Amino acid sequence: MNLNQQKHLQELEAEAIFIIRETCAQFEHPVILFSGGKDSIVVTHLAYKAFWPSNIPFTLMHIDTGHNFPETIEFRDKLVEKLNVKLVVASVQESINEGRVKEEVGFNANRNALQTVTLLDAIEEHKFDACIGGARRDEEKARAKERVFSHRDEFGQWNPKKQRPELWTLFNGLKNEGEHFRIFPISNWTELDVWQYILQEELDIPNLYFSHEREVFLRNGQWIANCPWVTLRESEKIEKKIVRYRTCGDMPITGAVLSEASTITEIIREISATHTTERGTRADDRRSETAMEDRKKLGYF
Amino acid sequence: MEHSNIVRFTTAGSVDDGKSTLIGRLLYDSKSVYTDQMENIIASSEKKGNQQIDFSLLTDGLKDERTQGITIDVAYRYFSTPKRKFIIADTPGHIQYTRNMITGASTANAALILIDARKGVVEQTRRHTYIATLLNIPHLLVCINKMDLMEYNEETFENIKADFEILTAQFNHHHIQYIPISALHGDNVVDRSLNMDWYKGLPLLETLESLNIEHQESKTAARIFVQTIIRPHSTEFHDFRGYAGRIDGGEFSIGDEVVILPSNQTAKIKEIYCGSKQLEVAVSPLSVTFTLDRELDISRGDLFTKSAEMPNESNEVLATMCWFNERNLNLKTTYIFRIGTRTLRCKISEILHLMDVHTLNQIPLEENESQITLNDIFRAKLKLNETLFYDVYTENRQTGSFILVDPISNETVAVGMIG
Repeated sequence: MNLNQQKHLQELEAEAIFIIRETCAQFEHPVILFSGGKDSIVVTHLAYKAFWPSNIPFTLMHIDTGHNFPETIEFRDKLVEKLNVKLVVASVQESINEGRVKEEVGFNANRNALQTVTLLDAIEEHKFDACIGGARRDEEKARAKERVFSHRDEFGQWNPKKQRPELWTLFNGLKNEGEHFRIFPISNWTELDVWQYILQEELDIPNLYFSHEREVFLRNGQWIANCPWVTLRESEKIEKKIVRYRTCGDMPITGAVLSEASTITEIIREISATHTTERGTRADDRRSETAMEDRKKLGYF
Repeated sequence: MEHSNIVRFTTAGSVDDGKSTLIGRLLYDSKSVYTDQMENIIASSEKKGNQQIDFSLLTDGLKDERTQGITIDVAYRYFSTPKRKFIIADTPGHIQYTRNMITGASTANAALILIDARKGVVEQTRRHTYIATLLNIPHLLVCINKMDLMEYNEETFENIKADFEILTAQFNHHHIQYIPISALHGDNVVDRSLNMDWYKGLPLLETLESLNIEHQESKTAARIFVQTIIRPHSTEFHDFRGYAGRIDGGEFSIGDEVVILPSNQTAKIKEIYCGSKQLEVAVSPLSVTFTLDRELDISRGDLFTKSAEMPNESNEVLATMCWFNERNLNLKTTYIFRIGTRTLRCKISEILHLMDVHTLNQIPLEENESQITLNDIFRAKLKLNETLFYDVYTENRQTGSFILVDPISNETVAVGMIG
């Protein structure tokens, strides 16, 4: 890595740490929304650096859809132990059991949209007033519009046309009872920045980001993992492929990419040459042109 | 001098002046638009019945923006070249979105002003230039676009340049560059134009790559607002008491004597940490943690400085402000005043005049009148409940800017630049 790259990472890191410290100072019960994916791993690491030598002063919350990659859960539990932080797991299965949400049916059924209810219920139950997430503006066009301190009304909803002005580094986290904020410390990072930072800081990440052999089948142009939560169409055949994941969503809706990249450096090289966005591997974003905006308005991540 | 490798620039404009095409071309030619995004745009353009690919769909991410074909809010876009990382704050140009334009401009190092070569300097050009000046954006890049429609004529370019120079003569802006371009055909955007050999300067992308972006704050007086106090209470770090913040100006080294405001206490810096790494010296824009050689009563909002570099102090300040809220300014309200990490209370004690953003003239207010409404830019005097420590905005963005928050709605209702 050359000197120039390190300098831009230094500036992004300083900005993110500033935002995380503001969250700690301005809110009573902040929580890190931890998915086990690379972005939430980076955010958690930034929180560690922001408060060293203290422990991270936030709870970690995982919204467990029940459709996770086993590697993610294993990684999550190891990290929580290492950092000595409190973990809250909110379960979509429980929301289904309690009749709060209804399982989708059909070949494209998944639990992505269901998570929003589980998330909002957990925020209310634990009285979290700031949810720190790893979303980035380069990921998706609706996210490109979102503030760093993003207000949610008492129904957990985002109102994109009435966002608070956000100038300089003056983040306004004042709110009324029952409202909360979503905080995005790595808003200004790109996928490449995240990987370069993981390399620089020598961070551990789940194995599924690296090239491995897996049973997959082709659906809507995506290599989907064979797992208990998918129903195969007659035309769909299980094959063994050398793949890796660019994002870490639910197993039935996250597409793998054919890849031989088995180190961070190789991943960086691969991403630099790639021609599709990482969200392109997510079936949840491909449902409609404004799928992300629609879900965000309702309270999604 | 420390050079940043991130350049933040703002663009403002409406649909027809070619702004979206220009951004689209910068992103596309620097290979920052991916195949799946491109497929989406082509599909959306076709759905709307457009003949050409509509690049505005790249930045207009909200449903209402896409259906109405307008930009409502700031969109952030990212691209990088081997030399630098760029952050574009793409802002709406219509007057009703002045607040969004100011939001996008607040962190920018450069402003891209687009002028349609057929129309020359128009009202919107004045407004964008005025706002860029108001926010003290160091570099203005004036792109005279649609040169292809003026047969790449040098005289057209020179005339518009002369008009713009008259406009900016009153602004005292130091770094202005003029570039004749055709965003549609790519002339002087990424590649040098073959149609305008009379232009000896650099194309836009190279201009952006070579901008001299110093961290403004590193030249200024030493400033750091305390964000939070770090006290681990662990066996290993039992007595550790760290003051966390981001360097807002100047530099701090181990052994430096610092003055802490408002208490005026002094102490020497014992250690500087960035994460668990120890530093000898900290400069802008690092986020660090300090420990001091003695125990003092220090809390969030306190300002670290040095005795030879003290800021201004007063209970009253003059500022240029912009009103951001649908509810008008109320002279009776006590607003929440945020500067850096410090929170005070204030009242607006006097409105001196309004600014006409078209003519840039001052409009005097009638006696006792307080008709300050959404998007108004005005000069005002503010009275604070405690002594304020500040710099003039043109000297330091962090210690010279503030927001006002409405105590009932909690919304950010206004911004101000001191000086």
